[in-house]
Amino acid sequence: MDWPLVIKSVIGLSSLGLILGIMLLVAWLKLTVKVDEREQAARAALPGVNCGACGYPGCDGYAAAVVAGKAPPNRCAPGGPQVAARLGQIMGQEVASSDPQVAVLICRGGKAESGQRFQYRGATDCRQAALLLGGPKACIYGCVGLGHCVLVCPFKAITIGDNGLPLVDPKKCTGCGKCVQECPKSVLKLIPRTKLVFLACASHDKGKAVKDVCKVGCIGCGLCVKNCPTGALRLEANLPVMDFGKCIDCGICVHKCPTKSFVDRASGRPKASINPRCNGCGECIKACRFKAIEGEPGQQHRVLADKCVGCGQCVPVCKPRAIDLIGALGHRAA
Amino acid sequence: MNPAKIFLGAFLVNNILLMRFIGLCPFFGVSSSVSTSVGMSAAVLFVMLLAAWVSWLLYHLLLVPFGLVFLRTAVFILVIAALVQFVEMFLKRYARALYSALGIYLPLITTNCAILGVTFLNIDYKFSLLQATIFALGTAAGFALAIVLFAAIRERLDDAPITPALRGYPIAFIGASLVSLAFLGFSALFGIN
Repeated sequence: MDWPLVIKSVIGLSSLGLILGIMLLVAWLKLTVKVDEREQAARAALPGVNCGACGYPGCDGYAAAVVAGKAPPNRCAPGGPQVAARLGQIMGQEVASSDPQVAVLICRGGKAESGQRFQYRGATDCRQAALLLGGPKACIYGCVGLGHCVLVCPFKAITIGDNGLPLVDPKKCTGCGKCVQECPKSVLKLIPRTKLVFLACASHDKGKAVKDVCKVGCIGCGLCVKNCPTGALRLEANLPVMDFGKCIDCGICVHKCPTKSFVDRASGRPKASINPRCNGCGECIKACRFKAIEGEPGQQHRVLADKCVGCGQCVPVCKPRAIDLIGALGHRAA
Repeated sequence: MNPAKIFLGAFLVNNILLMRFIGLCPFFGVSSSVSTSVGMSAAVLFVMLLAAWVSWLLYHLLLVPFGLVFLRTAVFILVIAALVQFVEMFLKRYARALYSALGIYLPLITTNCAILGVTFLNIDYKFSLLQATIFALGTAAGFALAIVLFAAIRERLDDAPITPALRGYPIAFIGASLVSLAFLGFSALFGIN
């Protein structure tokens, strides 16, 4: 064996390795960038899903912007109030809590409710289908149902249900708004997480034009607007628009709507009950929008349980305070 | 050899991904979207040039005089890996913009076979330093062309109605073979082999 060559190569290679190692060590000592400790802490506090809801390129970008004072600490939608509070702590400032939101589908026209205008055989993506004559769905405003939102959701919170419409799992949804930006039909919307009632129709058409294409589309009749006790609804371009600041989640619009276009996220609602303190004045009968209370003047009134929706409108008008709401307002996992 | 022929040969005729089949891991790994493949191509161009220079100098100034030519594989891997580490630190310190653009791709290509392949080919073809530079540029351009084309195809495949069994990598492999076949059409272009 050629021993000198072996020794030469072993020494040569190991000294090369040593030299490179020392060079890298020196480079590391000289070149390490001093990252702001707060930036690292801020980055660690963020969820790291890089959804972009804050408007910055990924969590790194947002952490840098927060530390540089360019961004408020409450912009992280997936992180919610906890992350906002943590960022505020790092930056040593008070945080106005952000209102957590959840994405909902404002279309109820599934396979059974709204038909197809033509058979679509293209790329299985909503955005491309929507480019072709507005998509195959009979209703031009409705959800295309090919699941682009399912793909873009960074939290896998959306699945396509049996009726061909996406279902948002409120437990997984963080309200980042990615699906809202990407939906070609704009039928996904962010609503305050605590709110229970919303209008699930996007059609700006009226009456028969809606009825022809969808069984559950809003026909713009305005019955909900007339019945809303707090004036939270107003009609705009044939669609009721909800002011969530005024809405008290009474659910009257849900039950008044002739086309069932509203969605009630509450899993259960209470029922009114009248106790013997009732003096039979009849104020509650006038207040009830559902004809759920009956009784002769001067005698104790009764609540018709199958008609009562638990909106609570009768409670404040009762002078003798004889009406109670029995049962709790249920929140579906939110 | 004519510089234009060296460039074209590396760019089209002997495309590193589609004709030589070297560096196929990023070809499938980083080609899921056009934007990432562009970033990867830029990083490859950068590292390939540096590696070509460093390896050429090392080979001709160290290995040949000391008679250690057979050690080139180990030496090149060592040097390129260290070099990329160093460049990453250097960029992070002095060129933040370039670092944030290339940053995540740099470690991926430290010892990528395409990089190593170019350094060996430079030696096997007995190129001068200038020719080696042109060859590295051409190869990197060919890498970029192939991977960006392929990423565009894969983006369209994502939305195409494909049999479930073929979705994802299977159809990507079929697509890659067809693109490779298409590149076969460049063989012997301008008499380059």
